[in-house]
Amino acid sequence: MYIILAWRNIWRNPRRTIVILMAVIIGVWSMIFLGALMRGMETQMVKNSISTLTGSIQIHNQNYRNDPVVENSMDNIDKLDKALSKTQDPGTLWAKRVRVNAIASNARHATGVTLVGIEPEKEVKISFIGNTMISGRFLLPGDKNKIIVGKAFLKKFNTKIGNKLILMSQDTQKEIASKAFRIVGIFSAESEAVEKQFVFVPISQAAKMLKMGDSISEISIILPRLDITGKKETQAAKKLITAIGDDTFVVETWQQLLPMIKAYLEMSEFFLYIWYFVVFVAMGFGIVNTTLMAIFERMREFGLMKALGMRPFQIIKGVVTETFFLLVLGILTGIILGFLSVVAIAKNGIDLSALAAGTQMWGIPRILYPEIWARDVVVAGLVVLLLGILVSLYPAFKAAGVTPTTAMRKN
Amino acid sequence: MAIVETKNIKKTYKQGKVIVEALCGIDLIVDKAAFVALAGPSGSGKTTMLNIIGGLDLPDSGSVIVDNNCFADMNQADLASLRLHKIGFVFQAFNLIPVLSAIENVEYVMLLQGVPKIERCDRAKGILDDVGLKGKYDRRPAELSGGQQQRVAVARAIVSNPAIVLADEPTANLDSKTGEDLVLMMKKMNTEKKVTFIFSTHDKMVMDYATRLVTIKDGLIVNDEIKA
Ligand SMILES: Nc1ncnc2c1ncn2[C@@H]1O[C@H](COP(=O)(O)OP(=O)(O)OP(=O)(O)O)[C@@H](O)[C@H]1O
Ligand SMILES: [Mg+2]
Repeated sequence: MYIILAWRNIWRNPRRTIVILMAVIIGVWSMIFLGALMRGMETQMVKNSISTLTGSIQIHNQNYRNDPVVENSMDNIDKLDKALSKTQDPGTLWAKRVRVNAIASNARHATGVTLVGIEPEKEVKISFIGNTMISGRFLLPGDKNKIIVGKAFLKKFNTKIGNKLILMSQDTQKEIASKAFRIVGIFSAESEAVEKQFVFVPISQAAKMLKMGDSISEISIILPRLDITGKKETQAAKKLITAIGDDTFVVETWQQLLPMIKAYLEMSEFFLYIWYFVVFVAMGFGIVNTTLMAIFERMREFGLMKALGMRPFQIIKGVVTETFFLLVLGILTGIILGFLSVVAIAKNGIDLSALAAGTQMWGIPRILYPEIWARDVVVAGLVVLLLGILVSLYPAFKAAGVTPTTAMRKN
Repeated sequence: MAIVETKNIKKTYKQGKVIVEALCGIDLIVDKAAFVALAGPSGSGKTTMLNIIGGLDLPDSGSVIVDNNCFADMNQADLASLRLHKIGFVFQAFNLIPVLSAIENVEYVMLLQGVPKIERCDRAKGILDDVGLKGKYDRRPAELSGGQQQRVAVARAIVSNPAIVLADEPTANLDSKTGEDLVLMMKKMNTEKKVTFIFSTHDKMVMDYATRLVTIKDGLIVNDEIKA
C-alpha cells in the first residue's frame, strides 16, 4: 500500500514527474556515455602504446634504461627464456630485440632513428609491426641486408621500396659501424612520429652490424589479456623477477615503462568522477526544487496524515519512497539509453583523425571505440541513487515538519 | 463514565501584536456514547477546543484527559499514537487522500494501526456498507460527492472503534439535505456502535440531533444543555 501510494503520488503531476525523470535520465546517460568514451580512449591509448614496442612487460639490462647503448645489453638469454617459460601463463608471448640509436641516410637526407633488430616471426604476434604493412613485404628471419621503414619516413626521405638506406651507429667496440640495407616494406602506425622513428631489420643483421654476438637489448612480453589497472602485469613481473633471481636484469611493466600514460589514466578517472559530481549537482538542484514544489502543494495532505496519527518518519519514508521510484526509473532508463548509444557507435567508432594530428604523442587513437565498464555504471547509478535520496530528505523533512492545525486551516 | 475530561483549558494565540484569547477556561466532561454538539458564533473557540481534545494543539494551561490518558504526561509521539488508535477525526473538508480510493482511504489508517491485511479489507468494506457507500469502494475522492466524501471520512474515523470521534463542522460544506443525512448516519453509528461523537456546528438542524448541546462564546461555555 505504501508502494501504491508512492506510485500514484508520482503520477499526480505527470509533467513534473517527467521533468525530474528527464533530468535523471539525461544525467545518467551522459555519465555512462562520456564514461564509455573515456574508457575507450584509455584502453586504446594503452593498447596502442603497448603494441608500439612496449609490451606488457620488458626485461633489460639494469643500465639500459638510463643509457640505451649496445654495451648495456643482456647476455645469458637462455636463462631468461627458461624463467619466462616457467613462470608465465600459456598464451604469453615474447620476443627479443636489439635496439639502438642510429643515423639513417641516403644520398639526399640523413636523420636520427631507432634501429630495431627483431625476430620477425615472433614480433608479428606481439606488436603492431608486421600487422600494418601497407606495401612491400614484412621481414623474414633469414633476410640479409633488408629493412622496413614507416610511411612517413619514406615520404620524408623521398625514397621507395628497393632503394638503399645506410644505417650508422656505434658498435660494442665503440667503433662506428655502418651498413647498407635495402628497403623491402613499408609499415604504417597510429602516429607519424612512430613511422618516422623506427626502422626494422632482422635481429641477426643488427647483431652482426653492431658486433653484439648473442646479446640483445630487450625482451618484450605480451600477456594474453591486457589489464588496464596493471595488476596482472605487476603480478607476472614479480614472478618473473623471482624466477630470474639476478638483479643485473630489470623487469618492468608497461605502467613503469609509460609513466605518462599511467598518470593520464589516474587523472582521467579523477575527471570522470568530477564529471559525475557536476552532473549530479545540476540534477540534485532539479530534484530538490521540483520535489519541494510537489511537497508544498500537498501540505494539507501531510497535515491530515499527521492529524490522523502518522509519525514524521513515516511521512519522510513516503516522500523518500517516491523519490526512490523516480530515481530508479530514471537511472535504469539512463543506463539503457547509455548502452544503446554506445552500442550504436561502437561498431564504427568515432573518427578522431581531425584531432589526432595534434595529439599523436599521447597515443590518442585515430578512431575511438567507446567501452562501458561495469564499475562506472555501478558508480554512476549509486551516485545518483544515494545522493538523490539524500537531497530528497530536505523536502521530506519539510513535509514531516508540518503542523496539522496550521496546514489544515488554510482553506 | 467520562471519556473526555478537560479542566480549566486556556489558550491564547498571538496574531502579530494582538493576543487573541481563544479559550478562557473550559471545563467539559463528556460521557461515553454521548453525541455532543459544540455551538457558538464564529471565532468563539470551537475548532480550538476540538483541536485541543484531539491532541493536535496544546493548551496554555489546564488539563485534558481522553480515555484515561492525561495529555500533560505525553509527548508528541504518544499523542500521535493516541490519535491513531483512540481518536477519529472528521474535518470540514479535504479529509481524504486524493490518490487513494474510498476503501483504500479507510484501509490506510488501519495499515498505520497495524491491522493485518485480510482483516483490513473486510472491516473497510463492512464500515463503508454501514455508512451507505456499498458498491462505491473503488471510487477516488474526486469521483464522490461532498456528502459521500464525508461519509468515507466518518467510516475511516470509526472503523477501529475509537474512544471518541471529533468532527469539526462536518456538514458545513454540504447542502442541508445531505448534511442531515450525514448527521443521521452519524447518529445511527452512535446508537448502534456506541461511538462517542463531539462535533461543532453552526447548523440548528444538526444541533437538534445532539443529545447534549454545549454553547461556547468568547472562549467560555455559556450554556450546557442535556437534550433527549
Ligand atoms: N492558529 C491561530 N493563530 C491565531 N489565532 C487563532 C489561531 N487559531 C484560532 N485563532 C483565533 O482563536 C479564536 C477562536 O478560533 P476558532 O477557530 O477556535 O473559532 P471557531 O469557533 O472554530 O470559529 P468558526 O466557527 O469560524 O470555525 C478566533 O479568534 C481565531 O481567530
Ligand atoms: Mg472552526
